[in-house]
Order: sequence, then structure tokens, then C-alpha cells
Amino acid sequence: MSVITYRQALRDTLRAEMLRDDNVLLLGEEIGLFEGSYKITEGLLNEFGEQRVRDTPISEEGFVGAAVGTAMLGLRPVVELMTINFSLIAVDQIINHAAKVYGMFGGQTSVPMVIRTPGGGGQQLGATHSQNIELFYAFVPGLKVIAPSSPADAAAMLRAAIRDDDPVMLLENLGLYNSKGEVPDGDETVAEIGRAAVTREGSDITLIGYSRMAAMSLRVAEELAEQDVSVEVVDLRSLRPLDRQTVVDSVRKTGCAVIAEDDWLTYGIGAEIAASIQEGAFDYLDAPVRRVAMAEVPLPYAKPLENAALPSAESITTAVKETLSAVGKRVG
Amino acid sequence: MADTAKAKGGGTAKSTGGRRRSRKDSTTSATGGTTSGVADEKPDVLLDYYRRMVLVRRFEERTGQAYTQARIGGYCHLNLGEEATVVGLMDSLKERDYLYTNYRDHGYAIHKGMSPRRVMAELYGRSDGVAKGWGGSMHMYDTETRMLGGYGIVGGQLPLATGAALAVTYRGGDEVVMCQMGDGTTNIGAWHESLNLASLWNLPIVYAIVNNFTGMGTSVERSSAEPDLYKRGSAFRIEGVRVDGRDVLAVRDAAVDLVEKARSEKRPYILECTSYRLKGHSVVDPAKYRTEDQVAEARANDPVAAFEEQLEKAGVLTEEKKKEIADAVKEEVADAADFAENSPSPDVSTLFDYTYATPVANESRRMPADPVFAE
Ligand SMILES: Cc1ncc(C[n+]2csc(CCOP(=O)(O)OP(=O)(O)O)c2C)c(N)n1
Ligand SMILES: [Mg+2]
Repeated sequence: MSVITYRQALRDTLRAEMLRDDNVLLLGEEIGLFEGSYKITEGLLNEFGEQRVRDTPISEEGFVGAAVGTAMLGLRPVVELMTINFSLIAVDQIINHAAKVYGMFGGQTSVPMVIRTPGGGGQQLGATHSQNIELFYAFVPGLKVIAPSSPADAAAMLRAAIRDDDPVMLLENLGLYNSKGEVPDGDETVAEIGRAAVTREGSDITLIGYSRMAAMSLRVAEELAEQDVSVEVVDLRSLRPLDRQTVVDSVRKTGCAVIAEDDWLTYGIGAEIAASIQEGAFDYLDAPVRRVAMAEVPLPYAKPLENAALPSAESITTAVKETLSAVGKRVG
Repeated sequence: MADTAKAKGGGTAKSTGGRRRSRKDSTTSATGGTTSGVADEKPDVLLDYYRRMVLVRRFEERTGQAYTQARIGGYCHLNLGEEATVVGLMDSLKERDYLYTNYRDHGYAIHKGMSPRRVMAELYGRSDGVAKGWGGSMHMYDTETRMLGGYGIVGGQLPLATGAALAVTYRGGDEVVMCQMGDGTTNIGAWHESLNLASLWNLPIVYAIVNNFTGMGTSVERSSAEPDLYKRGSAFRIEGVRVDGRDVLAVRDAAVDLVEKARSEKRPYILECTSYRLKGHSVVDPAKYRTEDQVAEARANDPVAAFEEQLEKAGVLTEEKKKEIADAVKEEVADAADFAENSPSPDVSTLFDYTYATPVANESRRMPADPVFAE
């Protein structure tokens, strides 16, 4: 076992997959000479050269589409989009092309590509640079969207994404890059895309999140354990496909649920989860399903406003406690 | 007007190995026409340009400091090294002209007319900031001075500025729109689409490319198939001019020329200003990817130092005057920082004030922990 950062897990996995398969190439802005805006590709240009670590101009639509083209000829491009906000410039190539080529042409050519991109607010980056719009992609059949919350998952899920024959969007998170966790030495785990995980077992309430919110949910659960509340945490891990069964099984056990999401509430990821819970666990529910999400505004720059608008450990804790008191369980 | 040979490269600047052929290049005339030298200019004007350049320099240094002290957050990009370009471009615009820029916008905001106090307050995220603390460093905006925004999405400002020029012609006005951007931005699709629209629709707009030869860590040669950026309008029949962006007079002359042509002819133009970024891409970028030579080259091309030396040699800037300007600017920047420091943060109760301009039924005003249906 070694303890490494989420960033290191991604980097090591990229490198290992490039060593393993010559068809894996990297494209993106500032991934070579600059070694990545968030240093995920550190050292890779040096090791693999410009043919396989290709710095692109600021042309998101162009190079994401070009990656789709290389994938149509059997290469396995891994594209880095500096943040998910800039994916909006490439959205046509992702949704109208990457996601469509396999089905629209009767299954003749798959598109084995990965788009890695971080989301995440809380860095005072303002309205255009702090959006959590993974939902746009999770909405689209033909795309797979995964969101690791720990270093071990980051490695196993990136490995899976690169070896997968479909376009996979791997959602990273600015707030997780420096987080640490255990990864088994020489780990070769290939995550199963489309599977959620119960990352902490509990009996009083189910707390559901993904990416940064899954990590935060674990911390909230630990704190609440000290107040004798037993929180079960479900990390969605995959937004499309969505593992409804794992969520529903947990709620059938605990009888109530809170969903923590970094995106906006209306039509957000949590809305789909809540709908699934009422369909799959209606008779087991003792309280309404609560969602903790970002305030529905273009995110302001000023710190006090940003803090107020974003979900936090405190707001999640509040929602958990209120839900528990609604079902008659005392806390603290 | 001056002979072009005389004032090559803003006086003291070192030759830069073929990057800059002359003070001015153009897609229509090989000589690039004439530009003024220091000798042709009134001392008052020169001293004012100098003061404005020093103001940008000191303001940005202070901003960098405040960022390191965590008084400023988010992304923060400075105009260090681009002072002559900023001042030359802004001097070419009339008050009624419109300006759009990228996120490297502090100097433009100030010299389009915003007070340093309110720009600094915006950087601090305070309620007296030009955008009330909502925008931050990348998003200076002020309808009064017609600076219609710094934009953080690369290329985002291009279609907007193009549309503003369309509005000008639609209203039958005689304003010009200036759209500033970096060299790296000429590779985004919006650039090509905007140029086509502007030429097709005969719009009064000047696309001003600030070519600091780098987009983050990527050089122009590594990102642009036609690295002579001023030529990139050719496919759209848009004339382009390149000037030495370290030379405030050259920038001003070229900009005035193109702005006035745009105004009278209702045609788009491209103006490329070459300069150097003295520091990293943003305050947090240590710029390790730059070679020692490149760092030395940038330093040798410091436009403020060059202009200072030029004015001293010409006898326009005396030691006394220099100190007077330095003191006044220092005072102005300190005052801006004090003002920002003392301005209140926006109140959390204003969080939902700017989602919609027209009030609407059922708008969500829910805080993260609030239930959807409150009892
Ligand atoms: C669409 C988009 N892609 C990527 C980025 C990240 N980014 C911010 S600035 C920048 C470099 C821009 O370079 P240039 O246009 O030369 O301007 P400079 O910073 O040199 O002034 C990049 C890639 C962004 N903000 N928007
Ligand atoms: Mg640049």
C-alpha cells in the first residue's frame, strides 16, 4: 500500500497505460511543455515525446473532434480539457459526434476515447469557471460519465476508461487533486464502469454523493458517528450508466436519504437519484428525500457569497439532521 | 511625422532575432506607413503616457502582492510588460467607443476610465468594485466608461464585440468597438467566425491582438500555423497591421489610424501589438517552462524602462519629474488598496439579486441546506 494523491494516481495510470498500449496518445492544452495546468501530465512529454503527448492550440472544438477522428481509426486518445467549463466549446463534437458515431452508423465503428476534465467550485473562479455541468454529458446515451472520489478509484476508473471502447468522460475535481488515499502497490484493478459503491456502511440514513461530494459525505458521516448517528455513504462513481440498485438497496435498509451534489438542484443529478429512490424504495421511505446542492445563481466571485452558495459539510450535516428528526431519530 | 528608421523598437530595446522586422508591418503596405517619434510629441503628452504606464506597472505589482497575501482570489492575470500596448490602445479610443477584452484586463479597465479604487475593490471582491465583487480579476465591467467586459473564456469576447459593432451600425452611430485578445486566442473557432461576420457585415471594429508570444506556456510558433497574426484576416479581406507593442507612440498611431478608418469606412481591422509578458501567465504561474534566455529577453524588453530611458535622453523626463510621477502613482495605488481594504464585502442577502433582470415567478432562492418545500 502507498498513500498517494489523486493527482499522482491519475498521472501514474496515464503513464502505465501509455507504456502498455502504443495506441494511447494524449491531446490537450498545456499538457506537454507546461506539464498540465494541474500537473497531471508531469514528465510525460519528456518520456513519450511530442507524437504521443500533443500540445494543442486553444481550439477545443477542433482537437476534441480530432480526437474522435483518431479514435474512429482505432487509436485511444485521452484528451485533457483544462476544466469542464471549456468543454462547452467542444460540446458539439462530444454530443453530436463522439456519442453518435457508434449508433448512427449501425455499430460499425466504436469511439474509444477518454475526455478527462476537472469540475469543482470553491476556488473563487467566478461564474464561467466554476460550473458543474457533468449533467449535460450524463444526459446523453452513448457517452459514459464517471466521477472518481478517491485516488484508488481515480486510478482504477481511468484504467477502465482508457481500455473501454466507448467515449468516456472522466470527471476530475479541482478540490480533490491534492487529496490523499491508499492505493495498493502495483495495483491493476480495472473498475467496472456503471457501478456505485457503498463507501461506508450505516443504518440510520443514506448519504449519496459523487466526486468531491462523495468525499465530503464520508467526512460528514465520520463526524456524525461521534454523535451516534450511523450514516451509510453511497458513492455514485458512475453518472451514466447509473447504478440505481445500489442506491435503492441502501435506502431500503435505512429508510431515508440525503443527496449531496455540487451542481444546481433543478434538473440536477440529485433529481434523477431522488426519482429513482421513490420508484425503487417508495414503501421503505420514512421521510422525503433531501437534496443539498449549489444555490441556483451564476456563482459570484466574492468569497462570502461563494461560500454561501456552495454545498458544504455544514449544509449536508443540517440536511441529515433534519431528515433524521423528521423520522423521529434524535441526534447529538 | 517621423521617419520610420529613426525610432526602431522603441529606442532601447534589443534586437529580438527576426521576430520583429520593423516598428510596423501591414498586410497592405510593406513599409507600414509613418509613426511618430518622441521628438514630434508634446512633452505633456509624453509625460502623461509615461505616468499612465507607470500606473499600470505599480497597480499590477500591488495586485500581485495582494494576491500573495490572499486578499485577492481566483485567477489573476497581470498586464506587466504590456503597459505601452495598454496605454497606446486606450488612448486611441474616444469615450463613446466600446471596449471588450480578455481576462488580462486591469490596465484596460483603468485606462478606459474606471477608477483604480473601484478596480482594486473588484479584485478584493468588495461591494464598491466595478462589478460589486461578483466578477473579480477577470471580469471588469462598467457601462459608464463603455468597457463591456473582461472575459475569462478564451475567445468569448470576440462574438460579443462583433455583435456590439453590429448594434452600432444598426443604430446608425459612429462609435467603434475595440476587441482585445491574446495571441493564443486567434486559434479558437470564434475568432474565424467573428472575422467573417465582421467583414461580411461591414462592422466598425478593431480586433487588437496583444501578442506576447505566449498563451500560458505555448509559444505562437507552436500554436499558430500563420505566426504573423496580423495576416490572419487575409482570408476574410480584413487588413491587418503589426506594431511594436513596447512602443506606446507606435501603438497609439497605428490604433488611431485603424480606429478612425473603422469609424469612417465601417470596416473591421486587425491590429497586432507585440510585447513580452514579464511574469508567468497568472500570478501563481512560476513560468518554469521559460528558458533563461527568454526571461532575459523579456526583461530587456521592459517597455516602461525603455520609455523612461527614451524620455530621459530626450530631456523630457527629469529626475525631479520622475520622482514626482513615481510619488503620485504610489499614492494613487496605495489609496486604491486602502479603499478596497475598507470597502465592505457584498452581503449574502444579495446572492439572488442578479440571476434575472425581469422578476419571474417561482425563481429558486434556495440556499444549499434548504429543503425544496419549506414547511
Ligand atoms: C475556452 C478556453 N480554453 C482554455 C482556457 C484556459 N486559458 C486561459 S488563458 C489561456 C491562454 C490564452 O493565451 P493568449 O490568448 O495568448 O492570452 P494571454 O494570456 O497571453 O494574454 C488559456 C489556455 C480558457 N480560459 N478558455
Ligand atoms: Mg499571449
